[in-house]
Amino acid sequence: MATTLPKTDVVLIGVGWTGGILAAELTKKGYQVVGLERGKGRKTADFIMVHDELRYAMRYDLMQDLSKETITFRNNEKMRALPMRQYGSFLLGTDVGGSGVHWNGQTWRFLPYDFQIRTMTEERYGKNKIPEDMQLQDWGITYDELEPYFDQFEQMAGISGEENPHGGKRSNPYPTGPMKHTPAMSLFKEACENLGYKPFTQPSANLSEAYTNPDGIARAACQYCGFCERFGCEYGAKADPTVTVLPVAESTGKFDLRTHANVVEILHEGNRATGVRFVDTQSGEEFIQPAEVVAVTSYVLNNVRLLLQSGIGKPYDPKTGTGVIGKNYAYQNMCASTTGFFEEREFNIYAGAGSLGMCVDEFNGDNFDHSDLNFLHGANIFLGQLGKRPIQNNAVRPDTPSWGAKFKEESVKYHNRSLSFNAQGASMPFRYHYLDLDPTYKDAFGNPLLRMTYDFKEQDNEMSKFMATKTEEIMKEMGASEVIVQREKGPYNIVPYQSTHNTGGVIMGNDPSTSALNNYMQMWDFENIFVPGASAFPHNSGYNPTGTVGALSYRAAEGIDLYLKNGGSLV
Amino acid sequence: MADQDKKDPLLEKRSSRRSFLKSSGLTVGGLIVGGAVGTLIGKESNETTTTEDTKKAPTPQGTGNANPNAALMFFTPNQFDITNAAVERIFPADDNGPGAQELLVAYFIDHQLASGWGIGAKEYMAGPFYPGEETQGYQGSLNRQEIFTVGLEAIERHSAEKYEKSFPELSGEEQDAVLNDFQEGNVEMKGVSSNYFFNLLRSTTIEGVYADPLYGGNANMGGWELKKYPGHQMSYFNMIEQEEFEEIEPKSLSSQHNH
Repeated sequence: MATTLPKTDVVLIGVGWTGGILAAELTKKGYQVVGLERGKGRKTADFIMVHDELRYAMRYDLMQDLSKETITFRNNEKMRALPMRQYGSFLLGTDVGGSGVHWNGQTWRFLPYDFQIRTMTEERYGKNKIPEDMQLQDWGITYDELEPYFDQFEQMAGISGEENPHGGKRSNPYPTGPMKHTPAMSLFKEACENLGYKPFTQPSANLSEAYTNPDGIARAACQYCGFCERFGCEYGAKADPTVTVLPVAESTGKFDLRTHANVVEILHEGNRATGVRFVDTQSGEEFIQPAEVVAVTSYVLNNVRLLLQSGIGKPYDPKTGTGVIGKNYAYQNMCASTTGFFEEREFNIYAGAGSLGMCVDEFNGDNFDHSDLNFLHGANIFLGQLGKRPIQNNAVRPDTPSWGAKFKEESVKYHNRSLSFNAQGASMPFRYHYLDLDPTYKDAFGNPLLRMTYDFKEQDNEMSKFMATKTEEIMKEMGASEVIVQREKGPYNIVPYQSTHNTGGVIMGNDPSTSALNNYMQMWDFENIFVPGASAFPHNSGYNPTGTVGALSYRAAEGIDLYLKNGGSLV
Repeated sequence: MADQDKKDPLLEKRSSRRSFLKSSGLTVGGLIVGGAVGTLIGKESNETTTTEDTKKAPTPQGTGNANPNAALMFFTPNQFDITNAAVERIFPADDNGPGAQELLVAYFIDHQLASGWGIGAKEYMAGPFYPGEETQGYQGSLNRQEIFTVGLEAIERHSAEKYEKSFPELSGEEQDAVLNDFQEGNVEMKGVSSNYFFNLLRSTTIEGVYADPLYGGNANMGGWELKKYPGHQMSYFNMIEQEEFEEIEPKSLSSQHNH
């Protein structure tokens, strides 16, 4: 028997970046918000012992417990999907702050091209340029319409950077100046300039200087300690929900954050959500939280699963191409991995920050001519100095054995004498890349796991080969004595870590028959359910997703306010 | 605390080796049980160390009371010896500095296997189990404790078949040949491929070389010194732009705790 709690204005399913932004914005407007987080609470002081590569980077201390919940995976429909039993290709966050705690802080605005990708591609190259099974869609919003929300996210988080010469127009400069330049970054910058590109400092949520945001939250500057990705920041210098939006929500007195509260169902009558059912994971007790608005604010994969599990929205069917929930799952084409060996030079690359880097955007989006290329979109090429930790990094020259005396000699010698970078490629949506419920495997509550069907396509491989020629050229220009480049992509393999940029499944758009959400992140067929997050991306760009996730969250906050005032569909 | 410890009769007993043997169950009715105790005595007096590899090995007594961490949580002494010999071939001592034995990597592996990670506590271990494709990752039903148990048995069996000796008794080259057969996936194993076991052994060895010393390996931060890695430092703010390479004396997390 579930206990029914008093009704609230808004209930959040998950309290990371998207939930945190909604919590801050809506409580500031006077609404009562209940945040349900399946994990535990977190604060900066928890990370005093955080410089521990084994605990956090190798044993995934901050990640979801896969024994309780994971996904199943197959490359295509002919294969039997099997559970992701251990972490590999991507890492799923949990606890208050979610993946917003263990991220690097690389904060981008997607390009104007991204939001109108189908229209602009057809205009420039004709309809035949887009392969039949590539389900490219416009987002139902333009860059210019989304710009104020990008600005809002950047002001809140204090993003440090300098203008991207190939980016969309900005209403304001970055709130803090660019991060410091290391010798490795300067080398990359010079090489790119010699090649005629316009390098710029990567935009960063690791503060370059002390900053007080419009909410009055003050944070200290980044210390370049080299522990960001997979770690929490003990200084609060890296913007994360626990040091930005959540304290603001808490200060209003209108935010009720409940940890260890795992939502298992969105309750609904007809096409209206009435609230959620959740389990207190410590007592095992069940509760019903009624709400005027349900905001689905967990990670991409759980957003999709919870909607499917609750029977909300029409599940996507790849055979007919109809339905929307689970559609357009996309990923990130991390490609053209390039390592340069510098015999004569050692770099202080144990130092660094999660988004300390230089990049070029000449080959991203549609910034270059694709007429004679067999792929669309592109990649951001960047050299990051994230802090080179010794377990994860063992660069050796080609033909070196993977163990024994020679391995030791090389991996020790080149640890500070090698630099690596790659291209962060966009990921296009395809008809048979999708998410649905697994018929066999269950989670700890007995509910079906989410099933992922995904593979790399010729599109990804062609992009990789193209980018490899560019990355190789840059590394050679940097003066490396030896350069190794990974040109081709094999099939998608869930074992080696690649990127935690999973996208799609509850996509936005301008047509209810091809998208789940309108441009306020409001479901077309359930007007009081909002689903902000990377699950709303109809495709993934050649950038990290969080900046765009943040912008969409501010847009959703505005939408929920409008809905609570006026009701009805906002578009 | 310290005063109470001194009065603890169990701790007093431990000061005497003879009473330790009595209380540890290694004696039966006053008779010393040959095998186990023979090994213990031998190690203490360094009488059994004859091969080149084991000479370098820090025996439990060798690291002694100064390092209470150098003892076993999961391995049997025999499993430890095999592991200790294997890790030194994967990461050998050389002119650059210490190898895996001196860095106490086998203790690190032992302690890790005794942890939740050893039994896959945070991994999806529910059935049904199917072999799957390579792109789908590990699909076996064995946890890491079980994989090591099966794998170390297989190393012994393969060494016996190939050279009629126990793995720790083989020459370095022979040990390499055995490990190479595992890496190539050429050794018959139950539940998991020999290649999978080898990769686990290799990656855990590297972890033991470079993880913070609090986990029992990377003794004296010797692994970090190899790579001139400074370990735990609070800030590089003042030198992040510096051209010249800066060698910083490494610090471990124990320097941070309660200071």
